[in-house]
Amino acid sequence: MENIKLRVKNLQKVYPANGRKDKEVVALRDINLEVKESEFVVMVGPSGCGKSSLINIIGGLEDATEGEVQIDGKDVVGPGADRGMVFQGYSLFPWLTVQKNIEFGLKMKKVPKEERAKIAKEFIDLVGLTGFENSLPKQLSGGMKQRVAIARTLANHPQVLLMDEPFGALDAQTRVVMQELLARISRETKNTILFITHDIDEAILLADRIYVMSRRPGTIRDVMDVTIEGERNHEMLVKPEFLEMKRKIMEMLWQESQDAAMGK
Amino acid sequence: MKKQKTKGLSYGCISGISFCVIMAAWCIATYGGFVSDIFMPSPTAVWESIVEMAKDGSLWEHCFVSTKRVMIGWFWSAIAALPIGMLMARSKKFSAVFQPVIEFARYLPVVALVPLTLLYLGIDENQKYVIIFLGTFFQLVLMICDTVSGIEKNMINAARTLGANKLQVYTEVIFPAALPGLMDDFRLTIGWAWTYLVVAEMVAASAGLGYIILKSQRFLATDVIFAGLIMIGLIGLVTDFLLRLLTKVIVPWHERLGD
Repeated sequence: MENIKLRVKNLQKVYPANGRKDKEVVALRDINLEVKESEFVVMVGPSGCGKSSLINIIGGLEDATEGEVQIDGKDVVGPGADRGMVFQGYSLFPWLTVQKNIEFGLKMKKVPKEERAKIAKEFIDLVGLTGFENSLPKQLSGGMKQRVAIARTLANHPQVLLMDEPFGALDAQTRVVMQELLARISRETKNTILFITHDIDEAILLADRIYVMSRRPGTIRDVMDVTIEGERNHEMLVKPEFLEMKRKIMEMLWQESQDAAMGK
Repeated sequence: MKKQKTKGLSYGCISGISFCVIMAAWCIATYGGFVSDIFMPSPTAVWESIVEMAKDGSLWEHCFVSTKRVMIGWFWSAIAALPIGMLMARSKKFSAVFQPVIEFARYLPVVALVPLTLLYLGIDENQKYVIIFLGTFFQLVLMICDTVSGIEKNMINAARTLGANKLQVYTEVIFPAALPGLMDDFRLTIGWAWTYLVVAEMVAASAGLGYIILKSQRFLATDVIFAGLIMIGLIGLVTDFLLRLLTKVIVPWHERLGD
């Protein structure tokens, strides 16, 4: 359990502005974070704090200006199947059926057809999409599409699962259902997960540990363990420990947005 | 989005009326004696010349020759434009190499290039293909580039984090994702290919619809000119219909506005 799976060291991201030093934007500064094996870590922060840049850098889709991303102590550069990603937008391949979407990563790895189908079946069952194997993405609701996206990433057996506000586009009821589903999956599969959101309820509901980020330049403001006992489901949302934690994070973020509104 | 229901009349019905109005205007103008035969032949005359050419087989031969030229010229243009357009959309360096040349070339009127093609290639079939190629290639590259640039980036990112290598991203994601748009690009440019075919056939040819149109002008055979024009239009309609059908067959997953 103490094994550190993902480590981000002194990460810095600066967006240059045509060589003009005074106009460049520091999106992330001094980001250090660790995700242990099988741990569920959530980063919560206001919009514009660079959390999407951070997860894209970890996923290898963007380059960092400085700093390292390590999996099992080894530096990683560029995207790879070891860091599976789930995006907010539905990134499914609309020409492939549910099953073919889920098999995509395995097909890229040239896993034989029968084995692909077997693995896909397992994950279709896990996310509760049995019976929809041959549906096309356009026939699915938003929540179902995101189930496919999660299954597609998990079927590829990533070392770390990176999730960038995956439920941000869903309606409130579907979101809760999906959060409970994800909590169950992470418990069953023991995946290492780094999850990004601006929704505090979602953060506490899902996380073993929460990193709170500050507004631009994005830095890590606080780290806290979620030690609330019992099932991770919607009933948790009204527990006193939950509300206490929520209050603490809200205050931090409120201060941030207050500063932002004042243009500080 | 649902197609808006036109009150009372279906789409096909309106199209039918529009066609009938044009035909009626044509009939009144010619049978009514308002326009001289030399300027505009009557529908009967045009029909008769079509039937006559169909009987002696020359109609089919000309149609076949022209269609073949269009297809071959356009086919090579599409084959060449596809990889270049895709790479231009994905690579800044590649785009820097090709964009200026193509932007320059696409403003050159193909008609102005005809003398050069005649000098280089003479009057054989290759010259016709090259004219059609030049007429469609540069536009097609830019259209393909635009279509590919419009693909949702999330899909490409997802593929890369699922372990797809660079080639696989092209073959497994970019190409299928762009296919509906590419089919539209192809459908549009094949129409232009017909324009350039007629250019090619009017300059130097001994067969083809463009050739009979030009030849008929010398004999004041307006009915044959009209017959040739109608055949080009009809072949265009059929090609368009077939390509639309093909699009439905190969990209059944595609959701199109208005469908």
